[in-house]
Amino acid sequence: MSGLTTPSAAIPFPRLRLWLPAVPVLLLVAYLVLMDNGAVSQTGAFLHELMHDGRHLLGVPCH
Amino acid sequence: MVRTLLVRGLWAGLLAGLIAGGFAFAFGEPHVDSAIALEEAAAPPAHEPAGSSAHGSDEPAAQASGEAAPHDHGHDHGEEAVVSRPVQKAGLFLATGLYGLAVGGVFALVFAGLRGRVGPRSDGRLALATAGAAFTAVVLVPFVKYPANPPAVGDPATINDRTLLYVVIVLVGLAATAIAVATARRASSADPWVRWVAAAGGFLVPVIAAWMLLPGVDEVPGGFPATLLWEFRIASLGTQVVFWAAFGVLFGWASDRVSARHAATTRPATAPPTSPTTSSTPPSPASSS
Ligand SMILES: [Zn+2]
Repeated sequence: MSGLTTPSAAIPFPRLRLWLPAVPVLLLVAYLVLMDNGAVSQTGAFLHELMHDGRHLLGVPCH
Repeated sequence: MVRTLLVRGLWAGLLAGLIAGGFAFAFGEPHVDSAIALEEAAAPPAHEPAGSSAHGSDEPAAQASGEAAPHDHGHDHGEEAVVSRPVQKAGLFLATGLYGLAVGGVFALVFAGLRGRVGPRSDGRLALATAGAAFTAVVLVPFVKYPANPPAVGDPATINDRTLLYVVIVLVGLAATAIAVATARRASSADPWVRWVAAAGGFLVPVIAAWMLLPGVDEVPGGFPATLLWEFRIASLGTQVVFWAAFGVLFGWASDRVSARHAATTRPATAPPTSPTTSSTPPSPASSS
């Protein structure tokens, strides 16, 4: 609770920059879950079909 | 510090994704099932009988007859051939969990950048505000233009175009949110009302322009039950509401605890500004879960 009023200090940008390589990795995961149709995953329709219901319910275009 | 926030973001995202998956399973799956039933009833006799769950024996036959290749692109209604419905329902949790993991990680890094620079000064409040902004940008803005559709709605031939448009509207939502925040910051000395109106304008102008300029997608087949479409869309929106609400609370709580501990360990640093406050760099591995 005390945290709700504790002001927080900015994290220096050089320190943040160290973690930027994680972003493309995370976006690739999101892409494979939401949008891949076999082109990147090389699993044919398998990955698409496995994630199928999630795609529809997360509102992403699907067939 | 950044690593700790990232790890918390991944955990909070995974957990929120599984919670949203539970909601989607309970309130969305019945509509998915209904839509697939309609899809199969409407389809002409397919190359495989509907509901052939023993795909292990069917697949070689399909490949032998040269029908496997077209499945790579917008498949028709034959999903049971590759992954059975029960497995797809389990895959729902895998999908929302991985989605949460990815979103949570990116969110945590953005949060680390915003912290102390933009928005509320406390971690818990900043997490809730950022989660609300993210929900608006990546869910509400796209939903108004390209609402979620159940199976049997949508032309497989246009899947690439629709996916591209969807990505564009998500990027518009994110950019408009960034513009609104930057506008509010720039007008920080102005009257609060002026600031809010400026921020709202900075958000709404690009969003409304995109809503008007991007091509619409209207692929609901004639005769598709309007109630089913409506209920599916509400369930889909509800899944996202649950995800972002759960994630905002979980990450806010976790980041508050991080900052409280961080403040406790760095408190002595208030006297000499020269002391290297490196205690944020190596958080002990055991404490990061
Ligand atoms: Zn699909």
